[in-house]
Amino acid sequence: MERNDVFKQVNEIFIDVLDNESIVLSDQTTAADIDEWDSLNHIHLVVTIEKKFKVHFSSKEIQSWDNVGEMVDSIYEKVK
Amino acid sequence: MKDFSQLKKNINKDFSGLKAINVAVLGDTSTQFLAQAIRGMGYEKGFNLHIWEADFNQIERQVFDATSELYKFKPEIVILFQSSHKLLGKYNKLHPDLYGSLASDEKKLLESIYLTISTNLSAKIIYYNYTEINDAVFGNFSNKTESSFIFQLRKLNYELMLFAQENHDFYLCDLSSIQNRVGKETFFQPSVYINSEMVLSIDVLPEISSKTIDIICALNGKIKKCIVLDLDNTTWGGIIGDDGLENIQLGSLGIGKAFSEFQYWIKKLKNRGIIIAVCSKNNEHVAKEPFEKHPDMVLQLNDIAVFIANWGNKVDNIIQIQSILNIGFDSMVFIDDNPFERNIVRENIPDICVPELPSDPADYLEYLYALNLFETTTFSNEDFERTKLYQNEAKRSIVQQEFSNEDDYLKSLDMKSTVEPFNKYNTPRVAQLSHRSNQYNLRTVRYSEAEIKMIAKSENHFTFAFALEDKFGDNGLICAIILQKESSTTLFIDTWFMSCRVLKRGMEHFVLNTITTFARENGYNFLKGEYIPTIKNDMVKNHYRDLGFDESGEFWLLSTFDYENRACFINKK
Repeated sequence: MERNDVFKQVNEIFIDVLDNESIVLSDQTTAADIDEWDSLNHIHLVVTIEKKFKVHFSSKEIQSWDNVGEMVDSIYEKVK
Repeated sequence: MKDFSQLKKNINKDFSGLKAINVAVLGDTSTQFLAQAIRGMGYEKGFNLHIWEADFNQIERQVFDATSELYKFKPEIVILFQSSHKLLGKYNKLHPDLYGSLASDEKKLLESIYLTISTNLSAKIIYYNYTEINDAVFGNFSNKTESSFIFQLRKLNYELMLFAQENHDFYLCDLSSIQNRVGKETFFQPSVYINSEMVLSIDVLPEISSKTIDIICALNGKIKKCIVLDLDNTTWGGIIGDDGLENIQLGSLGIGKAFSEFQYWIKKLKNRGIIIAVCSKNNEHVAKEPFEKHPDMVLQLNDIAVFIANWGNKVDNIIQIQSILNIGFDSMVFIDDNPFERNIVRENIPDICVPELPSDPADYLEYLYALNLFETTTFSNEDFERTKLYQNEAKRSIVQQEFSNEDDYLKSLDMKSTVEPFNKYNTPRVAQLSHRSNQYNLRTVRYSEAEIKMIAKSENHFTFAFALEDKFGDNGLICAIILQKESSTTLFIDTWFMSCRVLKRGMEHFVLNTITTFARENGYNFLKGEYIPTIKNDMVKNHYRDLGFDESGEFWLLSTFDYENRACFINKK
């Protein structure tokens, strides 16, 4: 899987979980940029991503990403 | 079952037309997703659950302050979630000398929480029991060590059951059995817990919310009353018409164990009041043979209220079963191993519940257990007798066809009714009928046993419980009336409901004669009735008009002093 594919699927997951069709992510997007992306929905996103990509994030990893780019990097490391 | 994301999306759908109930959710961990799952699942089950959720870990703060938001919200249902994690946290902080008192201390705290809530609200409380955390501090020896955490947790769960038996408005939701079924790894995700204080995984929220709402459904009379059972490859292995009596699989033959155990389950349900009907594509005498002759049959013919075996299509047969039993299709469950039959029934009778039975009979029971179809909030002596009552009804239907004149038929039944005020013997059945009765119910007020006891003792109320028997058998208690003293001249009919088993017998005339005579003899000029429409009680919308009451605004009035008894063929016993 290419990083681009991972990115696209993550974007779809954000749209689905946060129930907002207009979400367009970039590597620099942070939680501050998206209304619905609060700490609880973050958990929902993480769990959905884990299921979709069949990966598991440790409790430290879940807290560690500062933006979408870092999230995608983390996923890509596990699936490439 | 929908997953959490789908339930969350339900929240934006149109809830109008669904029954609205105020529900408070309080927990000692993060409950936002649980609250969302409950609201979303409420939509699936036909409820508009207005949820007020307490802030994080505010149970005591909300409960013990009479001016709190909890009480201002006036919930009808209060859901309390005290987690095993927080329980373990309390245990961990105790001095070891006090470990052994964890269960009793928690129980005392719960008693005071319950008492305080019941003083300030007339709500039902749903409390989750404790899932097991085996901290392995003693290994298996925990079971022999009262001060171990697992000993105290299991003791507390047992104490909760005793508490629930003694307190009618306190209901346990069995969280522990859900964790048992799905496994701890599915139920609890440590990485999520460490990051968010959520102790319930997102994957398990749909099932938890479903089981929680099952209790709310039962409290509102949405229960399953009947199983329609297929026979071949459902109740026994093989096809009786082809394989013959010696070769169908039951007991120790082949995979017979799967079917015998399935039959034991059906038998238990029948004993607890679920009506069992058979709908099979077979010649009737062939279908009955195993019941009559096979030594390993657990179910007997007298367990079956209505037995239909023919070569007609199952949709027609199920419609006939429904009309004999006179219960809603939505209270029926159709169990059949054949996907073709299941689909046809689903398509033609959308309200009936048709479990998607797994293809391997070995899997039947675990699948059916997990569906939790038979939630209830009442259990009375009449539950044991229900099948016989419906069998008698089937006999009456046959006899009725022999009479060309309705009056002659009714006269031939030799009906007698006993009338008693509410007492300790009929209270459970009165309460149960108040929950089950949906069609012949004028105001659809549901009463618990405790509430019925209070009304029975009240000086402002007059109560009447009517039982009906005829030459075919005893129908038991089939009608309840609660009259409330509204003024020195008027008695308000707070409650009038009747079991649908006894429609078209003239019971309503007998009842009206009884209560009007009572009112007149006690100096009341008027009986005042009210019809509160629901989706299910359309049949009684003209009840008071047909009985000669006069419309008076939103109510109906009957003058007792110039009332003449209406004709009926029922005599007072």
